[in-house]
Amino acid sequence: MTVANAPDLTSGDAEASGPRRRPSVGPVRRRRGLTKYLGLTPFALYVVLFLAVPTLIALGTGFFDGDGAFTFDNITALADPVILATFASSFWVSALTAIVGAVIGALVCYAMLGAKPDGPTRSFTSSASSVLAQFGGVMLAFAFIATIGIQGLVTILLKDLFGFDIFANGVWLYQVPGLLLPYIYFQVPLMIITFMPALEGLKPQWAEAAATLGGTRWTYWTRIAAPVLAPSFLGSLLLLFANAFSSYATAAALISQGAQIVPLQIRAALISETVLGRANLAGALALGMIIVMVVVMTAYSFLQARTARWQR
Amino acid sequence: MTSNAVRIGAEPGTVARRTILIVVGVVFAIPIISMLEFTFRDGLGGGYTLEHWGALVDPEQNSKYRQLFRAVQNSFVLAAVTVAIVLFLLLPTMILVHLQFPKLRRVLEFICIIPITVPAIVLVVGLAPVYGVVVGIFGSSVWTLAFAYGITVLPYAYRAIQASISAVDMITLSEAARSLGAGWLNVLWRVLLPNLRRGILAASLISVAVVLGEYTIASLLNRQNLQTALVQVSKSDPYGAVIFALLALAFVFILLLLIGRVGSTRPGRKTT
Repeated sequence: MTVANAPDLTSGDAEASGPRRRPSVGPVRRRRGLTKYLGLTPFALYVVLFLAVPTLIALGTGFFDGDGAFTFDNITALADPVILATFASSFWVSALTAIVGAVIGALVCYAMLGAKPDGPTRSFTSSASSVLAQFGGVMLAFAFIATIGIQGLVTILLKDLFGFDIFANGVWLYQVPGLLLPYIYFQVPLMIITFMPALEGLKPQWAEAAATLGGTRWTYWTRIAAPVLAPSFLGSLLLLFANAFSSYATAAALISQGAQIVPLQIRAALISETVLGRANLAGALALGMIIVMVVVMTAYSFLQARTARWQR
Repeated sequence: MTSNAVRIGAEPGTVARRTILIVVGVVFAIPIISMLEFTFRDGLGGGYTLEHWGALVDPEQNSKYRQLFRAVQNSFVLAAVTVAIVLFLLLPTMILVHLQFPKLRRVLEFICIIPITVPAIVLVVGLAPVYGVVVGIFGSSVWTLAFAYGITVLPYAYRAIQASISAVDMITLSEAARSLGAGWLNVLWRVLLPNLRRGILAASLISVAVVLGEYTIASLLNRQNLQTALVQVSKSDPYGAVIFALLALAFVFILLLLIGRVGSTRPGRKTT
């Protein structure tokens, strides 16, 4: 998908500069057409240099060893039990937080249906959601250390008030399970942002029609709203999965040592260069990650297209 | 109408609505409150103090935060350069494609959405060698990182500007202006840009927000921005780090609230 991007761009440019779309354009427009075509080059160049080239390098380095010779060593390293285990933890952390985040987020969206579109509840929720979903990163790690860290507010309150020690079986905050709560904390807001438009797309007339025909609240939500919302819900679920799967900052700030999930494995490979005794492993890991992302995002855009059918 | 919607079940009742929003709201407030509480703690011994916040404005203790202040500066420089990339590279291209190359619209959209599929942690693997070259040309100053950030903000900026472009009939507007004898610069400056200003403003603000929150690329390319400094400082002075994190969250929250305001107040469409 991404690899196809660079050729796509150039072939697209060539096509547009070739045959004219409108037959009415005269010689003056044609000269100008050429200048306008030139106008696309700065952006095209920029995207090639800083998006296409890095992506290709990231995907390509996995196929070379430290001396620049072609090798499948790194790719086969993806089948290494250690690497497979990190992919597995990435998968279950992403899947679990995506499902929990999607369900809670959808509930909040449902609750917000009653609020005025331009009212304070909506604008506060959507701004707060954007902050937490997209810009939290490192700061969310701090927040959770302050909340459920060893000296965290909630940790201490639970211990003092109920005598309940959340770390009775060892400190799990700086391990993979510790990622769950911070991840859910940014998944729910992302769900609110992505799922809200779909819920807003439900036309009141449908509910009215259902009520007129004698339908109950239950039949409306199960027989009408649910099928309409299903693609959007699944799409959002996939987006949430992709979001957690590719998220790095929170995990990096929370887990300073070790490489329990794929992004952290990439960090380890980049810093030490010799994870599992292989150079350029980061490239192979990046390739593995991209494959997962492309599959998930392709499914997402497919579902998104189905969702669009019911909006407007 | 609202009560009707509630009665037929299209919308939740007041009780259900309030219950959901309050429960989720409270749960989501806990970590933020915990951060706030943490900044007032007086060491591990218990008790509260204003000392950590005081240090922020106290010139004598300012050295403690010097690294953070410099990092904030770096991040603002990066934000400015990134916004410049959005305004001078992305925006003209989007206008151009919309007006002159309608066939390329889908291509441009596809390109601008790629950074969602290629996460920063993957991009950074390939950016390392690219930055080897960039440093050779521009030196190793912090602002060069904005080249990478311009890519990171692409999906957000694109969406914001595109929303404005779709809301205005740019082709008719520019043709009308042209037929009245306006040159292209005039059309751009006095007709198109004023009509797109909401999208442009939203794109700029969201770019600033994204750049201020960026950690992955900066940390793995060994540059210092706000987020990498926060992580470093948190190891020696957790209070200062959490204070700055709270301030950054609040700042970005206000930025996004502004975007919401910009987006929701629609004037009459007398221009079109």
